[in-house]
Amino acid sequence: MAAITLENETIAHDGPRPARGMFHDTWVVARRGLVHMKRQPEALADATIQPIMFVLLFAYVFGGAISVPAGGNYREFLMGGIFAQTIVFTAFGVAMSLAYDRKNQAVDRFRALPIARGAVLGGHAVANLIKAVLPIVLMSLCGLLIGWRIRDGLVSALLGYLLLFAFAFAMIWVGILLGSLVATPEAVQGIGFAVIFPITFMASTFVPTETMPGFLKTIAEWNPVTTLSNAARELFGNPSTVAGPDAPWSIAHPIEYSIIWTIAIVAVCAPLAVRTYQRSVAK
Amino acid sequence: MSTNYAVEASGLVKRYGSTTALAGIDLEVPTGTVIAVLGPNGAGKTTGVRILTTLTDADEGQATVAGFDVRTQGNEVRRRIGLAAQDATVDPLLTGRENLVMLGELHQMRRSEAATRAAQLLGEFDLNEAADRRTSGYSGGMRRRLDLAATLVSRPDVLFLDEPTTGLDPRGRSELWTVIDTLVGHGTTVVLTTQYLEEAERLADDIVVIDHGRIIARGDARKLKREVGGDQVQVVVVEPGHLPEATRLVAEITGVEPKVDPNARSVTAATSQGVETLVLAAKAFTEAQIAVDDMSLRQPTLDEVFLTLTGSTTDDDTPQEA
Repeated sequence: MAAITLENETIAHDGPRPARGMFHDTWVVARRGLVHMKRQPEALADATIQPIMFVLLFAYVFGGAISVPAGGNYREFLMGGIFAQTIVFTAFGVAMSLAYDRKNQAVDRFRALPIARGAVLGGHAVANLIKAVLPIVLMSLCGLLIGWRIRDGLVSALLGYLLLFAFAFAMIWVGILLGSLVATPEAVQGIGFAVIFPITFMASTFVPTETMPGFLKTIAEWNPVTTLSNAARELFGNPSTVAGPDAPWSIAHPIEYSIIWTIAIVAVCAPLAVRTYQRSVAK
Repeated sequence: MSTNYAVEASGLVKRYGSTTALAGIDLEVPTGTVIAVLGPNGAGKTTGVRILTTLTDADEGQATVAGFDVRTQGNEVRRRIGLAAQDATVDPLLTGRENLVMLGELHQMRRSEAATRAAQLLGEFDLNEAADRRTSGYSGGMRRRLDLAATLVSRPDVLFLDEPTTGLDPRGRSELWTVIDTLVGHGTTVVLTTQYLEEAERLADDIVVIDHGRIIARGDARKLKREVGGDQVQVVVVEPGHLPEATRLVAEITGVEPKVDPNARSVTAATSQGVETLVLAAKAFTEAQIAVDDMSLRQPTLDEVFLTLTGSTTDDDTPQEA
């Protein structure tokens, strides 16, 4: 094996280069995040096989036993819920990538580089937003195969997708907060299963809230996962929860309620997440 | 560069909770030289490097690197430094080439320039064959080489190497030493931490010995050795029976009571006369017709220096370095 041979040209000092800006740096970090996703089969499975499996499980295994009070096809009811659950899980992916970065000391490597402030977090956010597109597209296709349809026109459906991605953006900050608070990828997984997973089930994700017992029903009705699911159903023109005269405001106005949550999560979590992240890396 | 010192630090203090990692460190590193920071685990070496590379702020004191304040002009510092942290920090999911191209781009190069630079470094660090494989499959030595190549992507003015040869085999170590020689030959300033005394002696113009966050000695290897005690003359006789006579002769020449090691058949004594002592000893032993295996003048090893200065070489009661 040859030894290391350094040419003069390799060493010659030619001075630092002018900064190319926040967007450039963010995109370089985001590209790395996308390569990571491509090369981690298990992470990719979370975004592809798992949601499709849920669609098929609920459509064919549980679906027959669940009736939609508002009437209509359960499979069409199901899709809005699965979209919402997948979007909430976006937080997971971000938290995992931050935890892996810490574990692999990548954080320090980045911090010793002359890059724009926020480019590392921004890169993770952009990569995970792009990552959120994949399962939504796959599930839409899968849904079309099992009988789900967009029944309220294209504009309304586009608004539906837009709302889902806006919520994904909010969940990214939750993920950054989570990834900065816990030390290891394993801990992220633990919290994900203990907290995020149940939250997505105590909602109208898979079953209508109408049949839930009183206490749980109240929780579910105010759970933003419920309203995000219902908002998606409404915008796609699918059967959803019937908002009776005594239904809480959240159920009567799922779109508005989801938008409020999106803004609130970003407003609270983003500054908190950035501060927590910075404290977690600057030891 | 606007200053004659690549690194200037004064009064650096860093505490983690109730433990003090650095208890007031002053450091000046002239541009184009190598400084070795020598100390046991937990002495504060890594903390010092983290402050100088802007990864963490000192609680007290100030420092400039390449003429820029590490606290207030962090980005200017980062544009001019390279850092090889203790654990190789190349990205395991990216290939060697992808790692270097990304770092080039984050050093604000255009993508094509970063790609050219990566190809060049991969060739020079003998990584052409592995260039397009993920680094998770690299051997320890390959990863170290890539890590060093990564620090050179930006052609840094000041290079920080935190225990760069830990875990390297002797060949890898001597390769790295050669690289450092070459870099310094081209004007790069190198700040190196190490636990290996031999390494500090081989590479550094200046050695700083730290323990418990304090500098306990500094200077070149010769100076440190002198501080601990001067040269020693050592005579090894062929016949063990000649030891008492040899001891008497050495005592006469040096004026001190020699140390006798019957197993090694050696007589050792400190001397301040240097080579003159050796000449006198050679003459005395020839006249006394005592057969000699070896007669030498030696300086104390840096290990002995370190032991004398710190009282211990494996001082592990301080907290782990972060």
